[in-house]
Amino acid sequence: MKYVEEFRDPAAAKTVLAAIAQITDALKATADAPLRIMEICGGHTHAIFRYGLERLTPPGIEFIHGPGCPVCVLPMSRIDECVEIAERDEVIFCSFGDAMRVPGTGKSLMQAKADGADIRMVYSPLDALEIARRNPDREIVFFGLGFETTTPSTALSIQQATRENLRNFSVFCNHITVPPPIKALLDDPHMQLDGFVGPGHVSMVIGTHPYDFIAQDYGKPIVVAGFEPLDLLQSVLMVLQQIRDGRAEVENQYARVVPEDGNAVSLAAIADVYEPRPSFEWRGLGEIEESGLRIRSAYRAFDAEEKFAVGYGAGPRQSSEPEGCACGQVMTGRIKPTDCAQYGTGCTPELPLGALMVSSEGACAAYYQYGAVYEAAE
Amino acid sequence: MCLGIPGRITEITDPARLMAMVDISGVRREVSLACIAKPDLQELIGEWALIHVGFAMSLIDAEEAAKTLEALRSLGEAQETLESMAETQIALEGRG
Repeated sequence: MKYVEEFRDPAAAKTVLAAIAQITDALKATADAPLRIMEICGGHTHAIFRYGLERLTPPGIEFIHGPGCPVCVLPMSRIDECVEIAERDEVIFCSFGDAMRVPGTGKSLMQAKADGADIRMVYSPLDALEIARRNPDREIVFFGLGFETTTPSTALSIQQATRENLRNFSVFCNHITVPPPIKALLDDPHMQLDGFVGPGHVSMVIGTHPYDFIAQDYGKPIVVAGFEPLDLLQSVLMVLQQIRDGRAEVENQYARVVPEDGNAVSLAAIADVYEPRPSFEWRGLGEIEESGLRIRSAYRAFDAEEKFAVGYGAGPRQSSEPEGCACGQVMTGRIKPTDCAQYGTGCTPELPLGALMVSSEGACAAYYQYGAVYEAAE
Repeated sequence: MCLGIPGRITEITDPARLMAMVDISGVRREVSLACIAKPDLQELIGEWALIHVGFAMSLIDAEEAAKTLEALRSLGEAQETLESMAETQIALEGRG
């Protein structure tokens, strides 16, 4: 247990691990017939690898890495649309740094920037607002990206732009929501899941009720978890206890940060500015109904899709993935990253082919980053 | 980019826009308090909050802040956030 010593409280971790081992044993789960637990959030995926939790937990538990990395599930066509907007002369395109290296079918934003487009990496949509104030003769477009944790920030920024009448500011909205892809995965007959570790900071915004359907309609346990390794282990134990007891409930291991009803201001801002799109494309998962958000018509002046006639507003769209890329199969838990022919050869964090290799929250990048450590430990 | 980072609120900078200065691992950054605002914003000075892309999303206690920062540092996420806050200065000045 080399890694346990790295934990803040190794003794507590060992106690939880012993309880996990005992229940796994009692449930007769083995490497050949494991209990499959999906961690939804990319931050959790990263933490699982960083702390070697896959190795510390018994072989009878298999972690399935969920679709919770917004950069990783972004289809290539959306990056192409970003580049199309960013390459307009009048535009200053503002993006979180994470999205810069995601490959499009043509170029990434990083390549477009190198080719001369005015693309700027910002920390916050508030910075894009400030750039809009300082550059009244330019069009400032913010690349709105992320799950419910990030969505309030662009909603509140659009409300602020409205108050200031900042007409040279708009958002290219790619916000997505956590529950619909979970439902899609649960409806997939090839997908066998026994329980979920729910996202922490997304739930800080939406609360725990949006997961009720997982327990009530699908009979699966879900435990909302924090980001410390001990949080994750405790959450896995809580999932196992539910399975052992024949319960399916939404439990909150991270109650010190996640209120049951979420954050009222954030939810009100999201509801005011955004509405669900009929459907939205996810890389590897395809189109999923009501899984993405668009800007309501009351705020259409701030909608970059309307302003520049790109994306879902511009007619039929084609989706394509790079040849040989198996991100979709990895994302649905059908194969492990190392089973992909491109892994580590045609696709590396330096030169990613697929999106799961781009972000540190992607399963392939996590395998790659911590893979050497795993091999050394064997 | 999905994780918030703990910061301590040090000063209310623009009460009308609900903006405040926070200290995030020694770096000063102006953030919005919209999601955690109270009638008297001054009461928030000295409090710890989880800061996500420029917005204080949730108040936390000092111990939770310390534990979260440690976890983010070990994941490399804290450094990434601080780098992106530095990067944004370049963007604002148009040198990027």
